[in-house]
Amino acid sequence: MTDTSVAPAAGAVTSTSSGGTRILGLICLVGLAIVGLYAFGVTGADVRLGESVRIMYVHVPTVTAAYCLMIANAGFSVFTLWKRSTFSDLAAHATAEVGTLMLGLTLIVGAIWGRMTWGAFWVWDARLTTTALLFLMYLGYLAVRGLPATPRTRATRSAIVGIAAACLIPVVHKSVEWWASLHQNETVLGKINPNISGNQYFTLMLAMVVFLLIGLWLSIHRFRVLWLTERLDEVGIDAAIDDRRSEYRPPVAQP
Amino acid sequence: MVTVAVAAPRAATPGEIAQSHEWSVAFGLLMSPVVHLRAAVALLGRFPALAGVDLDVDAGEIVLLRGPNGAGKTTLLRLCAGLIPPARGHVEVLGVDLSVDRKAIRPLIGLMGHTTGLYDDLTVMENVQFWARAAGVDAADATAALDRVELAERVRSLTVERLSAGQRRRASLAAMLVRRPRLWLLDEPHAGLDAQARDLVDGLIGEAARVGATVIFASHELDRAEAVASRRVTIDGGTVVQDSSSPTGAPDRAP
Amino acid sequence: MLRDARIVAGKDLRLEARSRVAVNQVLPFVLAVVLLFGFALDADTALLRRATSGLFWVTVLFSAVIIVQRSFAIERHDGINDALRLSGLSAGGIFLGKAASLFCQLVIIELVLGLCVIVFYDVTPSGAGLLIVTTLAATLGIAAAGSLYGPLAAGLRNRDTLLPLLLLPVLAPVLLAASRAFETALGRGVGGGWQWAAMLGIFAVVYLTLGVAVWGPLLEET
Repeated sequence: MTDTSVAPAAGAVTSTSSGGTRILGLICLVGLAIVGLYAFGVTGADVRLGESVRIMYVHVPTVTAAYCLMIANAGFSVFTLWKRSTFSDLAAHATAEVGTLMLGLTLIVGAIWGRMTWGAFWVWDARLTTTALLFLMYLGYLAVRGLPATPRTRATRSAIVGIAAACLIPVVHKSVEWWASLHQNETVLGKINPNISGNQYFTLMLAMVVFLLIGLWLSIHRFRVLWLTERLDEVGIDAAIDDRRSEYRPPVAQP
Repeated sequence: MVTVAVAAPRAATPGEIAQSHEWSVAFGLLMSPVVHLRAAVALLGRFPALAGVDLDVDAGEIVLLRGPNGAGKTTLLRLCAGLIPPARGHVEVLGVDLSVDRKAIRPLIGLMGHTTGLYDDLTVMENVQFWARAAGVDAADATAALDRVELAERVRSLTVERLSAGQRRRASLAAMLVRRPRLWLLDEPHAGLDAQARDLVDGLIGEAARVGATVIFASHELDRAEAVASRRVTIDGGTVVQDSSSPTGAPDRAP
Repeated sequence: MLRDARIVAGKDLRLEARSRVAVNQVLPFVLAVVLLFGFALDADTALLRRATSGLFWVTVLFSAVIIVQRSFAIERHDGINDALRLSGLSAGGIFLGKAASLFCQLVIIELVLGLCVIVFYDVTPSGAGLLIVTTLAATLGIAAAGSLYGPLAAGLRNRDTLLPLLLLPVLAPVLLAASRAFETALGRGVGGGWQWAAMLGIFAVVYLTLGVAVWGPLLEET
C-alpha cells in the first residue's frame, strides 16, 4: 500500500477558497444582513398572517435556490453522459448535495411556518408536496452516488438518476398542483396577499438572489473539495502502476 | 485487409457479421494481427490490473496465458473482449481501436469465464437458442453446437440448475460456439472438468484454428495446455514477462 | 431494436412461466396486502370502499418493486450481464423487452388484485373504459420506470434496498393520477378522470423514451 500522506509542497493548494469565492462570500454576508434588516425592521407585518410572514423571506428563496441547483444538476448530468467529463460529474454531485440541503431547509422552515400559522406541521398543498417528493428523489440520487463503484460507473449511474429525476419535475409539479386545485387547497403563497408590493416585494426578491448566491458559494466549495479528492486519486495511479509492475520478481538466474 | 463487417463505421448487424465470417473462412482470409496491444493499462477501479501490456496475436494462433493468481490474466481477456475500457495505451482487436468503439467487436468475441452466462431456470436448449437468436444466428444451429460439445439429448432438456458443473461448462461452450466467434477468450476452460471433458475442450481449442478462429486462453493446467497451445505468454505484475514467440524468449521489459 | 425486444421479452416470460415466481409468491402477497389493509382499517367496509382506488395502486406499486427486483436480479447472476453485453442485443431493445415482460406480469397481478378488491372491499366496478385505459397507461409507466431503475439497484449485495427508495418517489405521480382516475371511474372522485389517464400516458412516454436513450451507458457502466 503506497504511503499517501505527503507534506504540502510549496504553492500547494491548502484551502478551497480563492479570490473569487471570498468576494462572493462577502457579498452573501452583506446581502443576508440587508435582507435581515429589511425582513425584521423595514417591512411591516402581514395583514392576515402577522409577524410570521417574515419566514417567507427564507422559505421561498430556499425553494427557488433549490430549483435552480436541480436544473444545474440536470444540465451537468446530461453533459456527463454525453461527454464523460469529470468536471461536470463532480459539478453535478456538488449541486445535488447543496440543492438537497436547500430542499430540506424548505421543508423544515415550511413545517415551522405551518405550525405557527395554522397549527399544523404539514399541509398537503402543491408546493410542499412537490418539494417533499423532490427531496426524496434527490436523496435517492445521493444514495446512488454513495454506492461503491469505479468513478466512471458512479458518474454514469448518477447522471442517469439525475436526468430521470429532472425529467420528472414538471410532471410531478403539474399533477400535484392539479390535485391540490381539485381539493381547493390554496397554495401557501396564495394565502399571502399576492400583491405584496413595495418593501415586501423588494425584500423577497433580494432574499431570493442572496440565497441563490449562497447556494452558488456552497456548490463551488463543495465542487473544489471533490475536485481535489479526484486529483489526488489520479496522481496515485502512476505510483500504483509502478507498484503493480514490481509485483513480478524475475527468477534468479541459475549458474 | 480487414473484413468489411468490422471496419465499417456503422455497427454491423450480427447477421452480417456471421455472413462475413463464413466468407472469410471460405476464402481463408487472415486478419493480422487479431489482437494488438501496446503499453495497455487497464484499471479495476483505481487498481492497475494491467500495467503496460505489449502483445500481438495473429489469426489462427492458440495462445496460452500463464501466470500467478492476480497477475492480470482475466483482466487481459476482458480487455480484449471490449468489456473494459483501456485506460492508457493502444488496444486494437480485430482491427478496431477499442478506445474509440468497444461495441463493434462484441458479436465476434466469445468469452468464457468462471461464470456460466446461462439462465438457471431455462433448459440448456432454450439457453443456447436464446443466445443464438440474440446474436442473429438461426436458433436451429443450437443443435449443432450442442452436438459439438457432446451434450447428451436428455441433458439438453434439463434446466441449467440441475446440471453438474461439467455439464454447465459444456453448455456454456455451446452457447459460445453457436455464435461462431472469431476470437475465443477462455478463462481457465479446464477448471472443474473431468478428464473426458478436458479432452473435449482441448479438441475444440485445437479445432478452432481450422474454423478460422483465434484462441487466447488462460490456464493453470500447464501440461495439457502447453500441448494444445502454439504459443505461451506469461503474465505477471500486470505485464507480459515472457513470450515464447519472441526470439529471446522474453520481451524487452523495463524493470 | 424491436426484434431484440421481442427476443428478450420472450425469454423473460418463458423464465417466469418456468419458475412461476410471480404466480407462487407475488399473487399470494397481493392477497395478503388486501387483507392487511382490511385489518389496518378496522374492516370498516364503507371506508375500505372509499379508499379502494388508493389501496389498489399502493399494492400495485409494492408488487412492482418486488417484480422489478426479481427481474433484474436474474440478470446479475452467473455472468449474464457480461453475456448480454457481448450478445449483440441493442441496449434499447433489452430495455423495451424487459419493460414489456414487466408489463405483462403486472397486468396479470392487477387483474387478480382487482378481483380480490371486488370481493373483499365490496366494490362494484364501473366505468370500465376508464379503468382499463388507466390501468394500461399506469402499468406501462411503472414497467418503464422499473426497467430504468432496476439495473441500478437490483441484484447486488447492499443495493437491493435502494430500489424502493429510487422507484417509489418516482412513481408517486403514477399513484396519484391512477388513484384519482380510478375514483372517477368508480363514481367517487372529483372528476377529470380522463385527464389523469392522459397524464399517465405522458409519464409512460417520458420514461420509455428516457429508458431507450440511456440504457446503453447503463448496461455498460453499472
